[in-house]
Amino acid sequence: MSIILNHVSHIYSEGTADEVRALDDVSLEIADGEFLGLIGHTGSGKSTLVQHMNALLKPTSGQVLYNGEDIWAKGSDKARIRSKVGLVFQYPEYQLFETDVFTDVCFGPKNLGLSRVEAEARAYEALERMNFPKERWYMSPFDLSGGQKRRVAIAGVLAMKPEVLILDEPTAGLDPYGRRELLDMLKGLQRDEGLTVVLISHCMDDVAGYADRAVVMEKGKVFMNGTPAEVFFRHRELEEIGLGAPSVTYIMEKLAAAGFDVKTDVMNVEDAAKEIRGCLRI
Amino acid sequence: MFIETKNLVFEYIERDEEGNPTGVKRAVDDVSLQVKKGEFIAILGHNGSGKSTLAKQLNALLYPTEGSVFIDGMDSAEDENVIPIRQKVGMVFQNPDNQIIGTVVEEDVAFGPENLGVPTDEIRQRVDESLKVLGMYDLRLHSPNHLSGGQKQRVAIAGVVAMHPTCIILDESTAMLDPGGRAEVIRAARALNDVEEITVILITHYMDEIIYANRVFVMNEGKVVMQGSPEEVFSNVETLRALRLDLPVVTQLAESLRESGVKIPSGILTTERLIEELKKCR
Repeated sequence: MSIILNHVSHIYSEGTADEVRALDDVSLEIADGEFLGLIGHTGSGKSTLVQHMNALLKPTSGQVLYNGEDIWAKGSDKARIRSKVGLVFQYPEYQLFETDVFTDVCFGPKNLGLSRVEAEARAYEALERMNFPKERWYMSPFDLSGGQKRRVAIAGVLAMKPEVLILDEPTAGLDPYGRRELLDMLKGLQRDEGLTVVLISHCMDDVAGYADRAVVMEKGKVFMNGTPAEVFFRHRELEEIGLGAPSVTYIMEKLAAAGFDVKTDVMNVEDAAKEIRGCLRI
Repeated sequence: MFIETKNLVFEYIERDEEGNPTGVKRAVDDVSLQVKKGEFIAILGHNGSGKSTLAKQLNALLYPTEGSVFIDGMDSAEDENVIPIRQKVGMVFQNPDNQIIGTVVEEDVAFGPENLGVPTDEIRQRVDESLKVLGMYDLRLHSPNHLSGGQKQRVAIAGVVAMHPTCIILDESTAMLDPGGRAEVIRAARALNDVEEITVILITHYMDEIIYANRVFVMNEGKVVMQGSPEEVFSNVETLRALRLDLPVVTQLAESLRESGVKIPSGILTTERLIEELKKCR
């Protein structure tokens, strides 16, 4: 029972002509140690939603509970909550600013008030975990490639030792290999260290392949909430809101329509191949 | 030949914090390629393989260190050719939010032709035409801020189209978009190529977008290491994997079936083709 959103609404520029209801009565629970995929088209409220999870935005109405505590109650320690719920923004590499990689990763833990030695130990551990090549630790972050910069930025959040890690489209612009590498690493953190991961993604294949649960946002509301299989089974509805299903689902549907006796609710290539072989009796 | 590069090399100097040179990086290495008017070209390669640097050579944002680039017969190394080249080859970048400057959609689209000194009446005509081609005419009086990512990219493309280019380069222009937005941009690019006969160079990580190309160039470490039709390129499964690239999902599925003994040829790029081949196996 790690994060609970209880009837949360958020209105930007309330009372002005630009008033936008970005979240509309959202109730959602994120369990300890789960890998949650959050999908929705641009402007559906995903980013606003996750900024409520670490107290960056205050709900216009409703409550956000972290381990049972109302994070906006009087006297709640918001700085502590932000260190426990790490948020990696979209294109986090634009937020690097230090003279070298290692110092940049130390910045977060130092701000938590840790000693230099402790902060450096954390930075060391985080960069190791991100599998960041040692020979680049003391380079300027600006001389790194896009994918490397992104790993440094994520290491900076990991060095704060969060219990929950929220990532807003961490794979945008990465090549397929870099994407898989990053997602495998996140899955490993979840499996081995019990980290709760919330992944915002536009890539249905990633959500199908990595998430335990998928939440679909639409017009500021939770539109669907279930296992990836349950959610993508309703892909006709997803298409109506500009989303879709993993690519294999479509391939299997066309095969079924062409008279092959295959199940269509498969979500990865291996299962699809197994289905087809079964149907061909090979 | 519309685009021709001959033994093109581009190097830049890497510098440390104080600006002292620390080494030379060869981003484009001995590239000779040719593109005909009206072709639809896709460029593939992992992050840092030199795709974007090559693209910038094609509209004179960068100049060759060695070798030469000819656009419609004009040498990009000659100062007086720079402006005519940029007018012939337009570029659309990755982030929809940092290439729009107008406060109204049609104003933004007018920026390019205005800068070219096109007479006012003609600007009006060009803006309307290009917004219609991109399906954005109904939103011409809207503020770009309230558009979706896919719509913003179509406005950016309309801005280039209004300059009447011969060629448009889309440099990972779909990377930040949701599936609906990606589909919009790819549809627009195909329409420009089919109907308006504009040469399109598409740089992307999404393998599923490449199947529409006439020819594919694969880059690695600054060199063009493979080129051919999508079918030819995607038949070399092992080489692509070694270059850290993926296959389109339907090709992955076909390969997986092939490896497990299903008798279908390699290089299958569409579900229709897969169905056709599988029917022969029944």
